[in-house]
Amino acid sequence: MMSVSMTTVEITSEADIVVARVKAKAIAEAIGFNYMDQTRIATAVSELARNAFQYAGKGTVTITPVDSQEKRGIKIVVEDHGPGIKDIELALKGGYSTSRGLGMGLLGSKKLMDEFDIKTKVGEGTTVTIRKWV
Amino acid sequence: MITSPQVALHDKLAVQYKDDILERIIETKAKGLVLDVSAIDVVDSFLVRQIGEIATAANIMGAQVVVVGLRPEVAMTLVEMGFTLKGIHTARDLEKGIEILHKAGKPQL
Repeated sequence: MMSVSMTTVEITSEADIVVARVKAKAIAEAIGFNYMDQTRIATAVSELARNAFQYAGKGTVTITPVDSQEKRGIKIVVEDHGPGIKDIELALKGGYSTSRGLGMGLLGSKKLMDEFDIKTKVGEGTTVTIRKWV
Repeated sequence: MITSPQVALHDKLAVQYKDDILERIIETKAKGLVLDVSAIDVVDSFLVRQIGEIATAANIMGAQVVVVGLRPEVAMTLVEMGFTLKGIHTARDLEKGIEILHKAGKPQL
């Protein structure tokens, strides 16, 4: 039933943010997520893709169906080579929320997903990995 | 005035949409605006901010705004992300939205 394969969306414009979330939603549906979860996933992708575009100018969104013996779900990696985040703790508390919503986007996507992992290095970029299980 | 976006609004489009609405409010001297978002399937933090700005700016111009048709999954997502839509009037559908505007004593649409 899981005939969906890994998909990568290059984010180089605002319209690509919409492309990424539409694809994420379609893949989530194919995996078997209900409508609520499809919306949560699409919204999380929208937030992270926007962060990448806004702070790095471009990035990639890679959407992968996960189908192991124990769990079925979706994994999404949003990667950019932008400035990185200096104080990740602060960002996740929403402390950067004045800067056009970086924290809000990170925190929001974290709340919407089951797993959230962020790796960032100043001057090198940021990689956010999110997962949700059916 | 009643407005209902029918396509997925990317960021620039959303800002354009906001500007257009505010211009139309001035042109038509509308006293109330119903923003029907029933066709919008994903509302993220950016769109929330645009909606908030429409409501605030419209209020300043003397028009009250009611957001109607928010889909349940969108409403749930917003709540989970921590948005409260504070200060924005909402109603389930167009009819209820117009009712709210009438009750607010600004019946001219």
